[in-house]
Amino acid sequence: MSDIANVATGATVVALTNVHKSFGPLKVLDGVTFDVARGDVLCIIGRSGSGKSTALRCIDRFETIDSGEIVVCGRKVHDPALDLRALRQDVGIVFQSYNLFPHLTIEENITLAPTCVKGTSKAEAREQARAALAQVGLSDKIQHYPEQLSGGQQQRAAIARSLAMRPKVMLFDEVTSALDPELTGEVLKVIEGLAADGMTMVMVTHEMGFARSIADRVVFMHRGKVHEHGTAAVLTTPTTPELAQFLGTGL
Amino acid sequence: MGGSLNVNHLAFLANGALWTIGLSLIALVGGGLAGFVVALARISPLRAVRILAAGYVQLIQGTPLLVIMFLTYFGLPPLGITVSPLTAASVSLTVYVGAYLGEIWRGCIESVPKQQWEAAEGLALSRTQRMMRVILPQAVRIATPPTVGFMVQIIKNTSLASVVGFVELARAGQIINNALFEPFLIYLIIAVVYFALCYPVSRLSRRLEASQGRPRLSVETA
Repeated sequence: MSDIANVATGATVVALTNVHKSFGPLKVLDGVTFDVARGDVLCIIGRSGSGKSTALRCIDRFETIDSGEIVVCGRKVHDPALDLRALRQDVGIVFQSYNLFPHLTIEENITLAPTCVKGTSKAEAREQARAALAQVGLSDKIQHYPEQLSGGQQQRAAIARSLAMRPKVMLFDEVTSALDPELTGEVLKVIEGLAADGMTMVMVTHEMGFARSIADRVVFMHRGKVHEHGTAAVLTTPTTPELAQFLGTGL
Repeated sequence: MGGSLNVNHLAFLANGALWTIGLSLIALVGGGLAGFVVALARISPLRAVRILAAGYVQLIQGTPLLVIMFLTYFGLPPLGITVSPLTAASVSLTVYVGAYLGEIWRGCIESVPKQQWEAAEGLALSRTQRMMRVILPQAVRIATPPTVGFMVQIIKNTSLASVVGFVELARAGQIINNALFEPFLIYLIIAVVYFALCYPVSRLSRRLEASQGRPRLSVETA
């Protein structure tokens, strides 16, 4: 379905082309290529150190690349003259460690960027915060401080904070890795809701079951390369022994 | 030589003690402003600014305050700038305190987790907004106990202003002693007054430090 729609509109939101990146002598990304169409959910999976988080961080220019091209919402991310703040208004990112601002209430966490960056009025920003919190099921925590919330609630608040900026694409960097299964479930439910609403998302995840159910596309990274790339079906029927081994199905 | 300790002497000492407090406040405000600039300069994205600030800190931390006092008081007049004892003491303390507070505060700013910067960056906040709205409010909390603690050093260090003839508590004591020659009694009084000024401040610092580790409310963890 979505493939047909993409062909029709030609809407590629994120495109990485032959991206190389090294940390010193360590090659982290070795010719990575993939793209994400509007409304699609792309899950990046792979072992620790396979370069998946780095690839994600490159999309928001938290890492600069050595060579190759990254285009996000029509912006050349690899271009040194890139307007970083414009890029980051289009791209929302959620981290493993939530990174809410501890000195601000949940409401202030959410209203900060819209009022500072977009010049949204306080009243309107508060309205948006309320809506975003309702979306993640945290309406009753609006006046709480982050430390008064559980990990799962903090992560949902962090998602709401990103959503309030109305990004065109959301990046999730192992957002449930610090949570127990129950809290993981509540965060994944929120992400599912976003997918249903048509949000374009790229997520690095270790939740294979979740990836299987939500992903339109799956990228399996192995030693800095895209080793396998396909629909969620590759998670059930991997074509390479490396992915099979990673999934624990054996061959 | 003249008489015994009387009410006038005590009034003179009290006046000196007030100047000690006044000078401490001047040093805190002046040094605080300078320190703020130094702290920001130390973490500036511009290398030249960082080096300049680091050089300033090294230079001041490697120089006794006494010498800085002499330099401002005796060194500036030959350059055509006349300075009163109060000005010399204020400038010296500002320069001195600025270097130390700048270094303390730089540490506090840098102790705010790097992820806080990233989260703010991801929300498209400018560097100034990240600093003012996200990092500094957290750094201020971290900085309060050590800053109050350093205030004790400032109060004691104002006594060095006596070398340029500024009449604060220590100098007031010297002057009275020159008349009465009762060094033990007079310096004992001086010591007690300094202690009375410093002790509450250092207690406050310890209180702040202790209360800081305490979360606002227990966390409902998983």
